[in-house]
Amino acid sequence: MTLLSLSKVEKRYPGVKALDGVDFHLREGEVHALLGENGAGKSTLVKVMTGALDGDAGTMTYLGKPLKLKSTAHAQSVGISTVYQEVNLLSNLSVAQNLYLGREPKKFGLIDWKRIHRQSRAVLERFALDIDVTQPLSNYSVAVQQLVAIARGVDMSAKVLVLDEPTASLDAGEVEQLFGVLRELKSKGIGIVFITHFLDQVYSVSDRITVLRNGTLVGEFETAQLPRKALVGHMLGKELQEAAHRSGTREARAAGEALLEAADVSVQGSLQPTSLTVNRGEAVGLAGLLGSGRTEVCKAVFGVDKVSSGKLTFKGSERRFRQPADAIAAGLALCPEDRKTSGIVGPLSIRENIALALQARRGWWHPMSRAEQQRLAERFIEELQIATPDADKPIEQLSGGNQQKVILARWLATEPELLVLDEPTRGVDIGAHAEILKLIKKLCSQGMSLLVTSSELEELVAFSDRVAVMRDRRKVAEIEAGDISEDTIMRAIAEA
Amino acid sequence: MQSRYTTLTVTAGLFMLLFLAGSLQFDGFGSTRVFANLFSDNAFLAITAIGMTFVIISGGIDLSVGSVIALTGVACGLLIGQYGLHPLQVFPIVLIGGALFGAGMGALIHYYKLQPFIVTLAGMFLARGLATTLSEESVPIDHPFYDAVADFGIQLPGNAWVGASTLILLAVLVAAIVLAHFSRLGGYIYALGGNAQSAQLMGVPVARTTIAIYAISGFLSALGGIVYSFYTFSGYSLAAVGTELDAIAAVVIGGTLLTGGSGYVVGTLIGVLIMGVIQTYISFDGTLNSWWTKIVIGLLLFAFIALQKLLTGKRLLSANGTREFSHA
Repeated sequence: MTLLSLSKVEKRYPGVKALDGVDFHLREGEVHALLGENGAGKSTLVKVMTGALDGDAGTMTYLGKPLKLKSTAHAQSVGISTVYQEVNLLSNLSVAQNLYLGREPKKFGLIDWKRIHRQSRAVLERFALDIDVTQPLSNYSVAVQQLVAIARGVDMSAKVLVLDEPTASLDAGEVEQLFGVLRELKSKGIGIVFITHFLDQVYSVSDRITVLRNGTLVGEFETAQLPRKALVGHMLGKELQEAAHRSGTREARAAGEALLEAADVSVQGSLQPTSLTVNRGEAVGLAGLLGSGRTEVCKAVFGVDKVSSGKLTFKGSERRFRQPADAIAAGLALCPEDRKTSGIVGPLSIRENIALALQARRGWWHPMSRAEQQRLAERFIEELQIATPDADKPIEQLSGGNQQKVILARWLATEPELLVLDEPTRGVDIGAHAEILKLIKKLCSQGMSLLVTSSELEELVAFSDRVAVMRDRRKVAEIEAGDISEDTIMRAIAEA
Repeated sequence: MQSRYTTLTVTAGLFMLLFLAGSLQFDGFGSTRVFANLFSDNAFLAITAIGMTFVIISGGIDLSVGSVIALTGVACGLLIGQYGLHPLQVFPIVLIGGALFGAGMGALIHYYKLQPFIVTLAGMFLARGLATTLSEESVPIDHPFYDAVADFGIQLPGNAWVGASTLILLAVLVAAIVLAHFSRLGGYIYALGGNAQSAQLMGVPVARTTIAIYAISGFLSALGGIVYSFYTFSGYSLAAVGTELDAIAAVVIGGTLLTGGSGYVVGTLIGVLIMGVIQTYISFDGTLNSWWTKIVIGLLLFAFIALQKLLTGKRLLSANGTREFSHA
């Protein structure tokens, strides 16, 4: 029986259609995986489903009746509960308070703590959790907090449980514990929507899969009948070629000496031991699905995340960058994935944005004169063809593509030996897209080394001398120049 | 594991230490009379600070309380003296007025997503200005009811006197503890201070709670204003200048985290008593300038903030750890 169904859901944001006529059907007693790459519309769909967001169009049917959600509280009251990736409980309150906040049993008008504690213990027993419920939630691990969040949702007589990347921060044992709970809930008739980036988990726990891409529905599939490669193809929007893979046409370029060598570098909780080499004058592509560990590699190399084991060698000597400033001083540069929050300084002018990194590298005691900044800005505006009337325009008024070029200029100004680009073409229009690719090639030919992540296969094929493929936070394959094609990359991503 | 009560224990221990030190040094310090006076002398501050405790636990701040005390006093003086109303008719008016004033600030903070600091700073100027407009002069309150209140009380052994102000304070304290720990609203207040976004996702009525928090603070500062007028038999627009800062200091010394989410009403009372005992110590000494009170309180505040950082440092670390995790 269908528990919850959404049909023809639309949601528009200024300039973007986040959801375009999407259907979703959840049955009783199933785990239904909702998959898609960045910008596919998963989180928007979940928000509509759980009352956090109003759809612009479309209908929702719940238990056979039309339903119009007013708020998340309303959704909870009818039995649709959500557990978010970032555990959205209150770590300053006790476990019991978290379970019963807003629905505390009372005695003589006062909250009955004895009963709350007794009931909390009983509820958690069903989840095989034996913890002191009077302690603050912050005393327990993320896995326990996650289970408490689920327990809260289920205990509020949930019929539909939406889990938004519940396993993102759990280790293998904890994931198994969670899946045990999910299977038990399933057997009780609860419908579970499961969002994750881990394909292994999709296959081990889900019954059906819905795939979204760019705000549209790709399809609804039975998990057992959908081969992994076909699934990856659906997510990336590429059909897998039936014939044996074409080999690439590229000539392997004579590799220079090794510039950066990562040997079994790992970051606790986000990156499994990974080895990777970038040679001088080489562009290495980092491929993989969202959440596969691409960004984590960039962050580990650049000293954003603390490397917990392994060895990082740069220019022949072992380095351990404690903070990005160390990496910048050594000759690295990173253009982060999220331009808005970690790249541009919106109200500052193009000139100031470009000068920022170089100034930081020189130290604040050696200020750059305005004329020098101006020369620098004008040089890059010309070289990168940044579309702007002058260098004093605030960067926030530029288009996405031009903002990205300014950030590139900022790092190029420091003349790095290794430039790390995390999704440089995300949210960039077609024209700027091509120019950025052209620039990557040009930089390589000038002897700079690049490490570039991208979720677009044709892009990786276009610029990479070598492609490292990431999956489940570890490197699973490396494809040499001669073999690089969309097909080989996709196979490597999908291979179980 | 028991760090929840650590700051509270430290605060209580410090109070006892100070009281003991005073008792050993001065004759007559360690008496029930001095102890009882700590309550009656600081009742208006303690009542106000209890309201402030809820605001700070929720992650906010209320700078308007001192001005509301003054405005309440002036309003009482005018309504009783010029308009001839009975105090028992006036009190409900000013209490409701204080609550509405607070509720208005809470509504601004919530619906316009404004900083509590700015909104209540505006409220502070507004209330002070209003009080001065009503009367620049001090308004004397001369009413038999006030005399009766002053005479009302319980005699304890050792020439100690528990007056009306102390009784009101104790009633407020009990009500505040019930509110904080045995009502849903109390849970919501702690939840807001823990993480407003999570609280909202968990179904906490954020608008209602925010408005209620500032209404409580407004109500209690109006009550503080009434109690203040019991001491002074007057209402004066320049009364209680800086009381908001004393109240905040008492809350922090009492172990409530300025970042919100954690704290106890009882701690705030002890915080007020600590400030009172320092004042008493200095007046017993006689040679020290009364500004030494401020200096000692300043040092204490530093010490307590350092202690809080130390205690929450571990927790912050682990919170950061999980954040790194979930970004994966």
